[in-house]
Amino acid sequence: MKKLKILIGVTVIAIAGFFAIAADHIDAPAVMGGTSDIADLYAFQGENTNNIVLVATIQGLLSPGSTANAAFDENVLVEFNIDNDGDIIEDLVIQAIPRDGVMYFFGPFAPSQTGLNSSIFSSDGFNTVNITPYSTNAIIESNNEMRFFAGPRDDPFFFDFAQYSAIIDGTATSFNLPGSDTFEGTNVLSIVVELPKSMVGLGDSVNVWVESKRKQ
Amino acid sequence: MKFNNIKLATIALLVSFLALNCSDDDDTGSMEPTGPNFTGIYTQEDQMGRPGINTVFVEMVDKNAFNRTIPSAQNAAFQTKFQTKLEALNPAHTDAAYTNALGFNSEQFTGVLATDVLTVSLTGTTTFFDGTNVLTGRTLADDVISVELLLIFGGPMGTDNPGLTNDNVDGNDKPFLSSFPYLASPW
Repeated sequence: MKKLKILIGVTVIAIAGFFAIAADHIDAPAVMGGTSDIADLYAFQGENTNNIVLVATIQGLLSPGSTANAAFDENVLVEFNIDNDGDIIEDLVIQAIPRDGVMYFFGPFAPSQTGLNSSIFSSDGFNTVNITPYSTNAIIESNNEMRFFAGPRDDPFFFDFAQYSAIIDGTATSFNLPGSDTFEGTNVLSIVVELPKSMVGLGDSVNVWVESKRKQ
Repeated sequence: MKFNNIKLATIALLVSFLALNCSDDDDTGSMEPTGPNFTGIYTQEDQMGRPGINTVFVEMVDKNAFNRTIPSAQNAAFQTKFQTKLEALNPAHTDAAYTNALGFNSEQFTGVLATDVLTVSLTGTTTFFDGTNVLTGRTLADDVISVELLLIFGGPMGTDNPGLTNDNVDGNDKPFLSSFPYLASPW
């Protein structure tokens, strides 16, 4: 059994080495499998249609058995970037960083510095939510029309990655019908923020991207 | 060497003394909220906008660099490389007259993709593609991979390379929630 697990582990690493896994899971050597590895970004209208929902998932491909031990890294800042005037420069950021089982949220606020380096903003205060432990009901906090969640969830991503790899590798020429979801049964650490659209922009649309940044 | 150590120790003492003074000041009316210490500089390691961009279009040698290139600089740095990659994946795209279902030829399509941000509508439907709306957001249920496969391999009518335009995994392994936090509970 242990040998099989090791074998599976080696196989997964070997596959990942040849074909980085979509969507952004294990996308680059420097972050692959680490605590700053972004898996996905989602941005959509909320149940309350006046709201927008931002979701970042990190540290993907957690098996149910390894999920209880997975943790947000206290040295890794997850930052949602929002460009609301079309110049592809962030006008607002929402920052999330954990400490002692609590996720702290700052913003949205206009960062004093854009780009690759960030500092945590604090003069406007922050919101918090207790990080939901594995196997417990989702802990949700609401404040100032914003809602917050942080913790492990089912990975919402789905893709027949194994067959895609076979195609790229030249050992297959097409997808199967039906396909097989490589992400079936896997979990991912998730950060979910919902807030009024008016807090991110007043125009017809915004551009959004997510960054992970490590304390130097 | 020893002198330097003593000097460093003195500086450290001075700094801690000053820091204590600062927190004393806080007691007398500062607006700083109480909370953990998050000071310091945080430097970028990973980023993403649209799903799969770094994975599909960036060569292994460039993957770390792509994650550390700000979106406003990505087009200049990567559009040509993306075009080369797209034309390798679907050689029909080497013809500048060949388009995908959005009407984009290779240069136009990679010109959109190379700036890796997700455009999100604030006025209506948010979806990666729902048959009508294109790239107005990304919901949890959007079959983003099949959309991207169709745009890479499907040609102008979406009918080229039929075995490559859909992975035939059309939905998640658990139903999503209609309310916050929307994502399904973990396995």
